[in-house]
Amino acid sequence: MMNWVSIGSISDIPRRGARCVATPQGKIAVFRTAEDQVFAIEDHCPHKGGPLSQGIVHGAAVTCPLHNWVISLETGKALGADEGSVRTIPVRIEGERLFIALEALASRAA
Amino acid sequence: MTEKLVIIGNGMAPGRMLEHLLEKAPGRYQVTIFNAEPRVNYDRIMLSPVLSGEKAYEEIIIHGDGWYIKHGITLYKGHKIVAIDRTAKTVTSDHGVTEPYDKLVIATGSVPFIIPVPGHNLPGVLTYRDLDDVRAMMLAAQSRAKAVVIGGGLLGLEAAAGLNAQGMDVTVLHVMPTLMERQLDPAAGYLLQRAVEERGIKVITKANTQAITGNGKVEQVELADGTIIPATLVVMAVGIRPNAAIAKEAGIAVNRGIVVDAGMRSNDPDIYALGECAEVSGQVYGLVAPLYEMARVTASQLAGDEAAAFVHSDTPTKLKVTGIELFSLGDFADGDDRQEIVLRDASAGVYKRLVLKDDRIIGTVLYGETADGAWFNDLKKKQTDISEMRDTLIFGQSYQGGAPLDPMAAVAALPDDAEICGCNGVCKGKITGAITGKGLTSLDDVRAHTKASASCGSCTGLVEKLMVLTLGDTYNPAAVQPMCSCTTLGHDEVRRLIKAKGLKTIPAVMQELEWKTSCGCAKCRPALNYYLVCDWPDEYADDYQSRFINERVHANIQKDGTYSVVPRMWGGVTNAAELRAIADVVDKFEIPMVKVTGGQRIDMLGIRKEDLPAVWADLGQAGFVSGHAYAKGLRTVKTCVGSDWCRFGTQDSTGFGVRIEKFMWGSWTPAKVKMAVSGCPRNCAEATCKDVGVICVDSGYEIHFAGAAGLDIKGTEVLGLVKTEDEALEHIVALTQMYREQGRYLERIYKWAKRIGIAEIKRQIMDDGEKRKAYFDRFVFSQKFAQVDPWSERVSGKDKHEFRPMASVGFAQAAE
Repeated sequence: MMNWVSIGSISDIPRRGARCVATPQGKIAVFRTAEDQVFAIEDHCPHKGGPLSQGIVHGAAVTCPLHNWVISLETGKALGADEGSVRTIPVRIEGERLFIALEALASRAA
Repeated sequence: MTEKLVIIGNGMAPGRMLEHLLEKAPGRYQVTIFNAEPRVNYDRIMLSPVLSGEKAYEEIIIHGDGWYIKHGITLYKGHKIVAIDRTAKTVTSDHGVTEPYDKLVIATGSVPFIIPVPGHNLPGVLTYRDLDDVRAMMLAAQSRAKAVVIGGGLLGLEAAAGLNAQGMDVTVLHVMPTLMERQLDPAAGYLLQRAVEERGIKVITKANTQAITGNGKVEQVELADGTIIPATLVVMAVGIRPNAAIAKEAGIAVNRGIVVDAGMRSNDPDIYALGECAEVSGQVYGLVAPLYEMARVTASQLAGDEAAAFVHSDTPTKLKVTGIELFSLGDFADGDDRQEIVLRDASAGVYKRLVLKDDRIIGTVLYGETADGAWFNDLKKKQTDISEMRDTLIFGQSYQGGAPLDPMAAVAALPDDAEICGCNGVCKGKITGAITGKGLTSLDDVRAHTKASASCGSCTGLVEKLMVLTLGDTYNPAAVQPMCSCTTLGHDEVRRLIKAKGLKTIPAVMQELEWKTSCGCAKCRPALNYYLVCDWPDEYADDYQSRFINERVHANIQKDGTYSVVPRMWGGVTNAAELRAIADVVDKFEIPMVKVTGGQRIDMLGIRKEDLPAVWADLGQAGFVSGHAYAKGLRTVKTCVGSDWCRFGTQDSTGFGVRIEKFMWGSWTPAKVKMAVSGCPRNCAEATCKDVGVICVDSGYEIHFAGAAGLDIKGTEVLGLVKTEDEALEHIVALTQMYREQGRYLERIYKWAKRIGIAEIKRQIMDDGEKRKAYFDRFVFSQKFAQVDPWSERVSGKDKHEFRPMASVGFAQAAE
């Protein structure tokens, strides 16, 4: 069972930018692309743990601020020659409101 | 004994003639040139890109002063020949210089045709012929007012596009029903008119100019049908006629131009004529390819090869307006004995027409897609029977014989004698031969050795494909390295086009310059953002989402995701109150590490992002501003204690360092800029490995630049010595601004200087006071918008979202 949690409005995030959501399991980075797509991934680069939420957003990808790995926001996988991936978190947009699904919470609530 | 060769005129034709002559008969002649224009030989075909701002004059010079010196050629600049004495065999200039000749070459070119309507001599009526005309037009364009271009041919349209790019409201008047009717059929003329109009240029065809009127200067143009068009600038570009007056006065046979035989010799056997002033077999020429052929023939004749002869051939026409692809060749009038093949693709804006006679191509018009021009030209030249491929001919070379649709394959399939460069008449075999024979690896080398793509440049793509085919993977077609994989353009081209096209947002740059990705990448976006900030300081809205995190939050990200903060300490000077404030901040926010930096200030490391605004607020209370330790911008100005304290100090190095830092802080630059001022040559501030350094001496200030002490170690170069602190500041600021305007993003000063040349930088900053002042003024202007302390802005609430989590979820539930 998915536990959808409201995290705020799409307008809280700048276009081609990201905001963080603090959870007991660590930070989640929520991205908004130039075309208003929204993605959520763990805020933790598979390379050396860099905060992906601080990177430059281009297309549906983000470049990590520490060592320039490029991570796909859709799949969480490193693009190009690098290998690695980061957990993606389901996002739902209802009107302006954003929700993310927290599995861990779901299991606890069950 | 050397013979005396005198040349009247210093345009492209005699310039090319000399190159051939120096190769064929070095040392045979002692050469003297008289040039009515006060300058060296430049590429006249490139005047249009100069007018539109896409190129600078320096970039279109063919032979610089050094070339004449190297070859022992005497060049009289700004000397117009007023008399030729054929009996005494001398020429005389308007400045009274008389020079004897054994052989004389007349290359006086052409003069623009002026329609003799009333008002044609009013101030504000210009022609479009040489660099002076271009400069006058660029000056007039600064008014951003209305211009009328009379003439819708090649020159007129290029002038109109250039003036439009310079911000003028332009109307083109053309007397015929369609544009460029001599090179284009009506259908292509219509497409061209539409493309020109889409750029915001108005076009009036069948426009019969009746008068130009105005009170003391141009105010309006009146047409025969009563239409009145207001204008402050009128450019006449209706045609040219050979400039043969001086030859006529000397009694040389002149018809339309100076009459010469196939060996370019006039009726005086010691006098030759070439270029636009010459008439061969009843024809005069204006395009560069036949003029270069004349140059080759004349040089051969002068070198003793009497068999060399000029043969007429059709030359393709191309329009040099960025974004308009147009190719025209040969004869394309309708006729009973002719057939035509036409392809139209309205949505792509493509029109192609081939005119055939007896199964052979006699004329070609291509609009919108011109890649097959060289191939059609080749088929026409060789009179190839096309009946076999008639059905697919119009689709181009790649469709023949089922070959794949690959431009590379098309170039590979061209025969060795296919012409690649129309301007210089260079065929494929010559280029590939030079590449393998001489081991050429860069486009510049190929240009230098073969001249291919060295004139108008429109065949550059073809030449590059040939290089790829010949060299394989070892050739990196990016002799111009693209900025990133989002574009094929290099940094310099992008910077120039941003200015030339007036692009003022990142989306505009990506749209106009045809970016391959929807919103760029982490390489190009910060670069574009910098270029726009630098070029349009008052108009561009800084795009923070295109900045690296450090510049977005004005602190340095560390490996664990925390940040470090460095407040500015002007010139490295501090005091008890400042140190106390720093100590308090360190305690209050439990900052784990405090360190003295190499730039004479204090770094606080390990600050949580959420705490940044509060840290800044406390530091701000004590008078600190951001030290920009994270910026591609001015970092520190390191100083020694100078004449205030030091027994060796010659000037107030500390005070000057503080002054520089207070003047220049906040400015963005292509890469970080570190400076230093040392009070004496003992150089305690280590100024000689900085981006910009000053060594104070008794007699003034020695300015250094282009040092490095990071990835590379490099001592500085000396820019020059100035007497006063004010002068030193002006020079340093001007140098920095020059770098800001020309540097590629992330290119440090020493790399930029290596690319531009130390001598050129000295020339612009030390020797050219006007240029220096202009750079200085532009820096000062941009500082008006840059000197805002980013920390206090954020303490006041700017970009709040950056520093707070969007939400905290799950904690309450987890606690249950």
